[in-house]
Amino acid sequence: MSRKDGEHYCLGVESTADDFSIGICTFDGEILTNVTSAYIPAEGGIHPREAARHHSQAASRVLKEALENACIKLRNLSVIAFSQGPGLGPCLRTGATVARTLSFYLGVPLVGVNHCVAHIEIGKLKSGSVDPVTLYVSGGNTLVAAFDSGRYRVFGETLDIPLGNCLDVFAREAGLHQSTDLPFGAIIERLAADGKRLISLPYAVKGMDMSFSGLLTAAASLLRTNQFRIEDLCYSLQETVFSMVTEVTERALAHTEKREVLLTGGVAANKRLESMIQTVAEDHGATFSGVPSQFAVDNGAMIAWTGVLAYLAGVTTPIKESFVNLRWRLEEAEVPWAKLQTRS
Amino acid sequence: MGETANQKLMKKGAEASLYTAYWHGRKVTIKKRLPKKYRLPELDEEIKTHRTARESQLIYEAKRAGVPTPSLYFVDVGNAAIIMEFVEGKQVKQLLGEITEQRRRDICIKIGESVGRIHRCAIVHGDLTTSNMILNPEGKIVFVDFGLGEKSADLESQGVDLHLMKRSLESTHFRFAEKCFLHVIEGYSRIVGSKTAKKIEDRIEEIENRGRYVSERKGRQKSVHN
Repeated sequence: MSRKDGEHYCLGVESTADDFSIGICTFDGEILTNVTSAYIPAEGGIHPREAARHHSQAASRVLKEALENACIKLRNLSVIAFSQGPGLGPCLRTGATVARTLSFYLGVPLVGVNHCVAHIEIGKLKSGSVDPVTLYVSGGNTLVAAFDSGRYRVFGETLDIPLGNCLDVFAREAGLHQSTDLPFGAIIERLAADGKRLISLPYAVKGMDMSFSGLLTAAASLLRTNQFRIEDLCYSLQETVFSMVTEVTERALAHTEKREVLLTGGVAANKRLESMIQTVAEDHGATFSGVPSQFAVDNGAMIAWTGVLAYLAGVTTPIKESFVNLRWRLEEAEVPWAKLQTRS
Repeated sequence: MGETANQKLMKKGAEASLYTAYWHGRKVTIKKRLPKKYRLPELDEEIKTHRTARESQLIYEAKRAGVPTPSLYFVDVGNAAIIMEFVEGKQVKQLLGEITEQRRRDICIKIGESVGRIHRCAIVHGDLTTSNMILNPEGKIVFVDFGLGEKSADLESQGVDLHLMKRSLESTHFRFAEKCFLHVIEGYSRIVGSKTAKKIEDRIEEIENRGRYVSERKGRQKSVHN
C-alpha cells in the first residue's frame, strides 16, 4: 500500500518523560501511525538519565517501525515536530536531537510543540469537541484549562505533585508492581473496586488549585499502620483525589460557561474519574468527551498533529532556537490556530 | 433552623446558592451548600459540613478582628446552611468607576486596612474581589463570602490573597487598578506596619514572577535550557 501523491505528512517526536513515541499524520489530521516504546524502571520512579538512555536506544527502532506502519519514506515528510517542553531535561533533549537531525537531514521545517497544548489538540481532533474545558491528568501534569483571549489558560492546577504521581507513589509504597499492560493506575482502580469503607484523607482544594502531597503522606502513613485494607485505602484515595479535580473542573465550567468538557491524560483511563466528570458535565448541560486511550497518554501522534496546526499557522522553530524548555507553561505557548477553530 | 419566609434565590454559584428571606422578622441572606452528585454522599457530607463550619468561624473571627462582616444568626451545619444578616448597600465593584478619585482613594485605603486586620489575625479571605465587598449605608465596607478562606499566618497565603485582589482590580477596573492597589497597600501598611507590608509586597512580586499569568512575565527572560 502506498499513500496518495502530493499528500503532506508531519512526523512528531514525543519524549517528555518515560515514553519515547513517534507519530505520523497527514495535514488533514489522519493519524497514520503512533509507535511508543515505554521505559519501565525495575524499581522506583523515573530516573531522567536512565529514561533518556532508553529513548536514545529505542529511537531508531521506533522511527523505522513508524515509517513502515505509515507506508511512507523519510523523504515524503514535509514537517518534523517535537515535544519542546515541559518535561524532564535529558528526555526532552534526546527527542529534540532526533527531531533536529531529521529536520536538518531532510531539509524540512522543524516545529517545537508544547506538550500540554498537544494533549488538548489531539483530544479535540479525536473527540470532535471544539472549545472545551479540558481536565488533563497524568503522572506529570494536573490542570484544568480552557481557551480564552488567544491562549489556553490554566484555571486550576496542582500546587505540588501531579495526581498520577500521587497514585504511583502510593502504589509503590504499598509494594504493588506495574507492567506495560497494567500500570499502577489500573491496579489501584481494580483494588478500589473492592473498597467498601471511606477513610478520611485531607481534601485540599485551595481556590481553583489543588494539593496532593499532604494527602499522599497521610495515605502512606495510614498504609504503614497496617490497620486498613489496601482496597479501602485505594478506594478512599481515588474518591478523594478525583472529587478534588472534579470540583475544580466544575468551577472552571461555571466560570467560563463553555459547553464542552474534555478529559485526557494517562489518568483519564480511570472509569470512576470518567463517570465523575461526565456527571458534572451533565449538571452544567455540557457535552462530555473522552479521548481514546492511545491518544490520551503521551504519544507522538499528538505532537505530529499539533505540529501540523502550528506549521499551517506559520509557526516554525529554527534549529538554533530549538532549545528545550523544561518549564514551558501551557499559557506561555502561542496557539494562533486555536482562535480560528473556536470562532467557527 | 426555624421559620423563614419569602425565600428567594439571589445567586446560584458553583458551590453554594444564596437566598434572601425573612427570619424572625429580619431580612437575611441564607447561604446553602449544594450536594454534589459526583462525589460519595459521605465525602460530600464531610466537605459541606467542614466548609460551612469553617466559613462561619472565619466570618466571626474577621468581625472580632475589626472588619465589618455580616452578623451570623444561625449556623445549620447539618443542612450546610448559614443564616446571616442581609447586607444592604452596593458592591464596591459597581461603584468604583462612578466616584471621584479622592473617594476611590478613601475606599481603597479602607479595604487595605481591613485586609491588614484579618491578615494580622491569621485569616486569609481567599477571594478578595471587589464584588465581595459591599459599601453599606453607614459608609462601612463589609467583607462577604469567606467560602474560600482559611486560617493561615503564612506570608505565602497572605501574599496570594493580595495578589488575587490585584488581579481582580486589573480585570474589572483596569483604568485605575494600579493606583487603587497602591492605596490598598497604603491602608494595609497602616495596620501591619511598613516592614511587614514591604515583605508582602516583595512576596507578591515573587508570586507574579513565578506565576501563571503571561502578562506579568512579559519582559522576563524565558528560562531555556539545553
